[in-house]
Amino acid sequence: MALLQIAEPGMSAEPHKQRLAVGIDLGTTNSLVATVRNGIAVCLADETGRSMLPSVVRYGAEGDIEVGLAALRTQAVDPKNTIVSVKRFMGRGLKDVAHAETMPYDFEDSSGMVRLRTVQGVKTPVEISAEILRVLRQRGEASLGGPLVGAVITVPAYFDDAQRQATKDAARLAGLDVLRLLNEPTAAAVAYGLDNAAEGVYAVYDLGGGTFDLSVLKLSRGVFEVLSTNGDAALGGDDFDHRLYCWVLDQSSIEPPSASDARRLHMKAREAKELLTSSEEAPIHAMLSNGEEVDLVITRDQFAEITRHLVQKTLVPVRKALRDAGLGPEDVKGVVMVGGATRMPHIQRAVAEYFGQEPLTNLDPDKVVALGAATQANVLAGNRKAEDDWLLLDVIPLSLGLETMGGLVEKVVPRNATLPIARAQEFTTFKDGQTAMAFHVVQGERELVSDCRSLARFELRGIPPMVAGAARIRVTFQVDADGLLSVSAREMASGVEASVLVKPSYGLSDDEIAGMLQAGFEHAGEDKELRALREQQVEADRSIEATEQALDKDGALLSAEEVAAIRESIEALRKARAGSDGRAIKAGLDALARATDDFAARRMDNSIRGALAGHKVDELEI
Amino acid sequence: MGVSLSESAARHVANFITKRGKGVGIRLGVTTSGCSGMAYRLEFVDETQPEDLVFESHGVKVVIDPKSLAYLEGTELDFVKDGLNEGFKFNNPNVKDQCGCGESFNV
Repeated sequence: MALLQIAEPGMSAEPHKQRLAVGIDLGTTNSLVATVRNGIAVCLADETGRSMLPSVVRYGAEGDIEVGLAALRTQAVDPKNTIVSVKRFMGRGLKDVAHAETMPYDFEDSSGMVRLRTVQGVKTPVEISAEILRVLRQRGEASLGGPLVGAVITVPAYFDDAQRQATKDAARLAGLDVLRLLNEPTAAAVAYGLDNAAEGVYAVYDLGGGTFDLSVLKLSRGVFEVLSTNGDAALGGDDFDHRLYCWVLDQSSIEPPSASDARRLHMKAREAKELLTSSEEAPIHAMLSNGEEVDLVITRDQFAEITRHLVQKTLVPVRKALRDAGLGPEDVKGVVMVGGATRMPHIQRAVAEYFGQEPLTNLDPDKVVALGAATQANVLAGNRKAEDDWLLLDVIPLSLGLETMGGLVEKVVPRNATLPIARAQEFTTFKDGQTAMAFHVVQGERELVSDCRSLARFELRGIPPMVAGAARIRVTFQVDADGLLSVSAREMASGVEASVLVKPSYGLSDDEIAGMLQAGFEHAGEDKELRALREQQVEADRSIEATEQALDKDGALLSAEEVAAIRESIEALRKARAGSDGRAIKAGLDALARATDDFAARRMDNSIRGALAGHKVDELEI
Repeated sequence: MGVSLSESAARHVANFITKRGKGVGIRLGVTTSGCSGMAYRLEFVDETQPEDLVFESHGVKVVIDPKSLAYLEGTELDFVKDGLNEGFKFNNPNVKDQCGCGESFNV
């Protein structure tokens, strides 16, 4: 029987027309499902009252599939068939997966995404994630009393096309209609109702178990725009546990512990860390297998001291993201804390100091992303008044562009551009009579194609033959609200068109994205020079070719000495072009231009004479 | 007579209004649609209308328009749990038959 929920004034649904929608935080370690009930976003719990579903799937020998806590418990006895943290494999090839060799899984590298061999056959990360989503969908339907119209699923801001597509595929496989993929930091801001807050810039500080992300959001006229994102893919709450664990080993000067002792001490360290959130000090007590006893007490101040460098490390991406957005800490109106690790008081203090204000911490930092996703799902499902409608804009993490002559990248959509976006740019042909053009779509911040990531290639054929530079080919990059890219090229005179939907066979890891960004900054100077050099080289090629063509056609206008002089300039330029001295090429280009000045003038006269021959003066419009 | 809330319903409504941050009470009502003639409405109230009747139940304002009251006279709104699902249920003495879904009814 359907139970009623309280609607907003005037928004009661028709019977059987209630549009049930959920928000899902599909996390690396834990996943959550939330919905808006009686006007308030709440996380939905299972029969035992737990909201968090461990993101663990176990394939049993009997054909049974366990998800969540039950699967987590079997991890030690059946590691090969118990898949944890499958999110790290979404949309990735085997070579993208860090530390694959230390994982207990039987990987199969196939073109595209990595697969895992289990007792129930080969499984893709999409299928495994779908098992988690299916459990959450069932929980949602049982809690809401009916089928769901759809879900908003959150993804890290750094997820690339392949990873977003894989997440959508997993949802479809689980029988969920995806209303929207939403960046996790954006969801957190929504949960805090910042959409109803004063206009301005907000920062989202997300310190999870193993990753750190900082996003800068701008709210104007009820519209969210992500100005920039930055992060550290290898920094999280686990590092604080590990630091405390090292401190314990240090203090008790024990031998390197066995694997099981190490696990136990790690657990004790984590418990102590969590206790220090509410207490001034925490005991760490453990009996080791060799009979040694660990009996220590750590104070909150001591813990803050030994992990100070980790806290400082989070502020590096904070500064970078602000710099990308062209802002300083004083421009930020509010700071949202996400992730269990942000419960640590000294982190809150450091963030408060950096931004000069107390961060928002009153929502459960583990649930805040799911709550925001639920709020967004409620809007997209049409359960809020039209005047409340708002749109969320996300950004693309890396610039998108095309390869141009000389292996250079022409950026069409700059990094941190807001989504959805469409950008068009005109390109032209390089050679006379050129009828086809190859397009190479790349992603990255570097100036040379070889330093960026190749996303797709396609060709435009049937361009009408024209002189070089006369054709106008408009290339449009379109990235939809979910961050999926399509590129089309159209020759404006004839209307011939070609396009490609970019579905990369496998994705980039956070590390790689971070690395590519870093490289972009580090090589900025070098890249600029290289770019200038390549441009000179392309220009030299073009000049040489054009001059030689002109000599073939109109060489008769010149004396033998003049031809020889021009040929000499061409050879000099060709020699300079083969080297890597941009200034020498420039000098060669200038020399060739001077040598051909007179020739060009004579050709011009000659062609005008040719055009006028046989015409009367009054036939000409002047 | 009029309409009322069970103690559990009143507690939940008060809680939801607090979390919502605004609202003076809860509106009960009926509309003429649904598979069995009439459908229930349940909404937050930001402002009452001149024709509204207002009852007080366990400290919560219950607002109803006179037309709806004709169909809901004596109704108690309850808050119930059914497995993982939870929500409000109209205990309406005027109902002759209702569709199995509980969202609409006939008088």
